[in-house]
Amino acid sequence: MNGFWAVYKRELKGYFATPVAYVFLVIFLFVAGYWTFRDGFFEQRQADMTIFFRNLPLLLVFMAPATAMRLWAEERKNGSVELLFTLPITVPQAVIGKFLAAWIFLAIALVLTFPIPAIVMYLGKPDIGLIALGYVGSLLMAGVFLAIGSFFSAVSKNQVVSVILAVVACIALVLAGWPTTINYLSATLPSGLLNVVEGLSLQNHFDSMLKGVIQFGSIAYFVVLILGWVAACSIILDERKAS
Amino acid sequence: MSAHMCGILRVGLFVETIMISVRHLRRTFGPVVAVDDISFEAAKGDVLGFLGPNGAGKSTAMKMLACFLTPDSGTADICGHDILTDSIAVRNSIGYLAENAPAYPEMTVGSFLNFVCDARRIKGAARKKALDRIVPMCSIDSVYHQTIDTLSKGYKRRVGLAQALIHDPQVLILDEPTDGLDPNQKHEVRLLINRMAKDKCIIISTHILEEVEIVCTRAIVIARGQILADSTPAALKKNHQGTLDEVFRKITSTKKIA
Repeated sequence: MNGFWAVYKRELKGYFATPVAYVFLVIFLFVAGYWTFRDGFFEQRQADMTIFFRNLPLLLVFMAPATAMRLWAEERKNGSVELLFTLPITVPQAVIGKFLAAWIFLAIALVLTFPIPAIVMYLGKPDIGLIALGYVGSLLMAGVFLAIGSFFSAVSKNQVVSVILAVVACIALVLAGWPTTINYLSATLPSGLLNVVEGLSLQNHFDSMLKGVIQFGSIAYFVVLILGWVAACSIILDERKAS
Repeated sequence: MSAHMCGILRVGLFVETIMISVRHLRRTFGPVVAVDDISFEAAKGDVLGFLGPNGAGKSTAMKMLACFLTPDSGTADICGHDILTDSIAVRNSIGYLAENAPAYPEMTVGSFLNFVCDARRIKGAARKKALDRIVPMCSIDSVYHQTIDTLSKGYKRRVGLAQALIHDPQVLILDEPTDGLDPNQKHEVRLLINRMAKDKCIIISTHILEEVEIVCTRAIVIARGQILADSTPAALKKNHQGTLDEVFRKITSTKKIA
């Protein structure tokens, strides 16, 4: 277990050791805030944060892979993966440690959006449960994107390639449930398959959480995706770490 | 003294404890056979030198022993632990320095060594003791608070050695430890190896034949993944009638592997 803690601690400290983390946080907070207020946060005259959460998937689709891309690509490129795995640390411990560090980093980014719920709670009487659920859903969504990002980071030694692949995969997952996609696909796919595609859509599961519906299926969706992609990352890293 | 006797004790002029026992290790990368059925043993007090041309399979063999690569077939025991089934225990007992001494460039030397201590479960007073011992031993006091990417090659190598020695392992596997160092630094590393040789089993790989004569008690010549000679430097020179340089050339170029 200590292998996991060693990697986790190192990675989390590593995020804040360079200016990149702070630049990232500022950009994230700025874009999240800007989109929220531009889309009529005050004009809606309603004390809820739906507008804020609605914009998060698209923002996280870019920010989460950017956070995850350095996890493995850089280690493989500069050879420190050889140091890491000749210490008494197993591959799963290292993969989970790094993933968790990245997830905590994004959790910190989400926590730093606290001025917006603070404003809502000051100006009106929002449903706090909904806001909490929104944050939980966002955290889970960030987890899924990070898991995908960490997989592609292990696949390529080049950070740019891995971030592009991860963004494409995340966008596919988000777009799967959009009405335009479903309409487009309904022309070619049988309805059974169409339901599968809809079930895979991150947007749908996220939206249901925003509405306050806690479905086991939605939670399971996020958890299974995270576990699956992290496991895949572990497998691919095991094969490729030495090349 | 035959190096291929089985059993824990090798009885010759004196009784030795076998610490490394390699049996028929084999590893391919696609169509290329990097390591082709090598077997040897090493005991406490041995400083084993791996000699061979580039691409001979020295690094691949060492990576397998350090549990970074899994062998395609064959196995090895290090300090009684099998590299396939017990790899964490193996990694606890060895210190490994990879070629080019990789590390995390944005970390300071101090935080890097603390990370290694975290991973190796050296905590509290034991950690302080280990750091106090290792920092002067590897002469990295002056750069303790510098980030690793600002260090020169010699200092990076010393940091790598520090990380390999910090837990005082019984077995050391060093891949080209003096590569790229200036003559003074080479001398220091060799002195360090000599000092530690008594209670440890050390495997180093090198191209520098004079290093083999100064530091190693045994030399294994590898080419094209196979062991071509396994003997002491003195015996090799005597049997092939020449300097180690000539012996090396003779062995690695005349023995054609079919």
